Amino acid sequence: MTGSPTKSTVAAWLDERLGWSAIKEFAQHKRIPLHRHTVWYYLGGMTLFCFLVQIGTGILLLLYYRPTAEAAFESVEFIMTDVRFGWLVRSIHSWSANLMLFFAFVHMFSVFFLRAYRKPRELTWVSGALLLFLSLGFGFSGYLLPWNQLAYFATKVGTDILGQIPLIGHWLLTVARGGDEVSGATLTRFFGVHVAVLPMIATFFLVVHLAMVQKQGMSVPIGPSYQNTRTMPFFPNFALRDLVGWTLALGILVLLASIFPWELGVKADPLASAPAGIRPEWFFCFMFQTLKYIPSHVLFMPGELLGIIGFSLGGVALILVPFLDRRAAREERNGLMTAIGCVVILYMAVFTLLAYVR
Amino acid sequence: MTTDDTKTPGGAPISRRGFFDLALGGGVIALLGAILYPLTRFVIPPESPEAVASQVVAAKIGDLTPNSGKIFRFGKDPALLVLTKSGEYRAFTAICTHLDCTVQYRGDLERIWCACHNGNYDLNGNNVSGPPPLPLTQYNVTVRGDQIIVSKA
Repeated sequence: MTGSPTKSTVAAWLDERLGWSAIKEFAQHKRIPLHRHTVWYYLGGMTLFCFLVQIGTGILLLLYYRPTAEAAFESVEFIMTDVRFGWLVRSIHSWSANLMLFFAFVHMFSVFFLRAYRKPRELTWVSGALLLFLSLGFGFSGYLLPWNQLAYFATKVGTDILGQIPLIGHWLLTVARGGDEVSGATLTRFFGVHVAVLPMIATFFLVVHLAMVQKQGMSVPIGPSYQNTRTMPFFPNFALRDLVGWTLALGILVLLASIFPWELGVKADPLASAPAGIRPEWFFCFMFQTLKYIPSHVLFMPGELLGIIGFSLGGVALILVPFLDRRAAREERNGLMTAIGCVVILYMAVFTLLAYVR
Repeated sequence: MTTDDTKTPGGAPISRRGFFDLALGGGVIALLGAILYPLTRFVIPPESPEAVASQVVAAKIGDLTPNSGKIFRFGKDPALLVLTKSGEYRAFTAICTHLDCTVQYRGDLERIWCACHNGNYDLNGNNVSGPPPLPLTQYNVTVRGDQIIVSKA
């Protein structure tokens, strides 16, 4: 038969026009360094996997979801009860969102401690930090969409924080809420942001991030013991290991979604009181708990404002990490950065736990 | 050596590599099936309980003047009630048999007319000109008191 010659003819025809043999050539020569921290190289891929699951399940949810205050809750209820496998799709979307943020945080800290942000990968770090902020934006905007009581108050509080910003605060709050109050207008805005604006921006930065990772290759930690380590080919060795990890992650997702289907709660009622024990999603808890502890006035400044300024500066510092750590740029160890990283992890862990215990 | 080889039910030998290829391929197919089956079921919308109506009050006496028509809801579909020049009530499905548009009564033509592609039906529902391939289904009309009741034949 002529199956194989035809195939190679088609491949050659396409290659002449697309030039993909350059990509193939590149993939064949890409190698992954092997050392005792190689395992951390898988976490970015895990985050990416969860993002892909979010796109897939998100598109599916769009088939039935209706973004109005009158119909949103009922449409999610319909998805959960009437649509076949609807409970599974929605639960996977919720679980995968949480796992994505979890992996993104672990990925970020592993990159931080391995100093993978140092020259020439500063911009890869910056794009990654922006992707983390975008992920938090996805989490915040998506949380409101089922239009339940918890989401309603989380959004009230979250957008109210914007209003604390001096001068432009009220304007920002009105833009975010589509009015003075959290209402159907807010839901419509958040929906548009969640399914169109954020995906577009995130896809751009994701492509930039991945392209830079490909261009620069994997970073090895600082120190003589990491120089000239053994390597393995990216394709197929590392890629297949990635695939095994992704398959496992899918299994875990389905397991979590099946055993702990995501709750829907009670429909939002603007006239009801906030339920006791209310708290945001875990990835916002350390900030939420901090705001609880800040007194109403510190010197001449309102407490919330101080908190907001603190977290904003923290965010800026996160983006600027590669430029603040001048020693890593010279391939020198930096104990201070490690200490700061440990303190930040400890602070986030303790305050998150406090939010759940108290 | 043949010690690594097992036999298929048919008796043909299968190599260790062949066995693992089969297991991997089967596993991948099973995984894809486990993803595609729920996905397909999800995409197909669940059946909504259909509003079944065998009869409905279409209008009241005096709602229509002779040589006019009125669209009313029959179950989940639109239907058309016509009062002819001679004072007779007639009812039809209002869904054009051509491409699903909703028809209307044209007093100037004394015909049922579809605006989408200029289809014409006479007052018995027969497709008389234009693209409609079939006549409109006619319903029974009974007058009880001042109510005009339409029922399926």
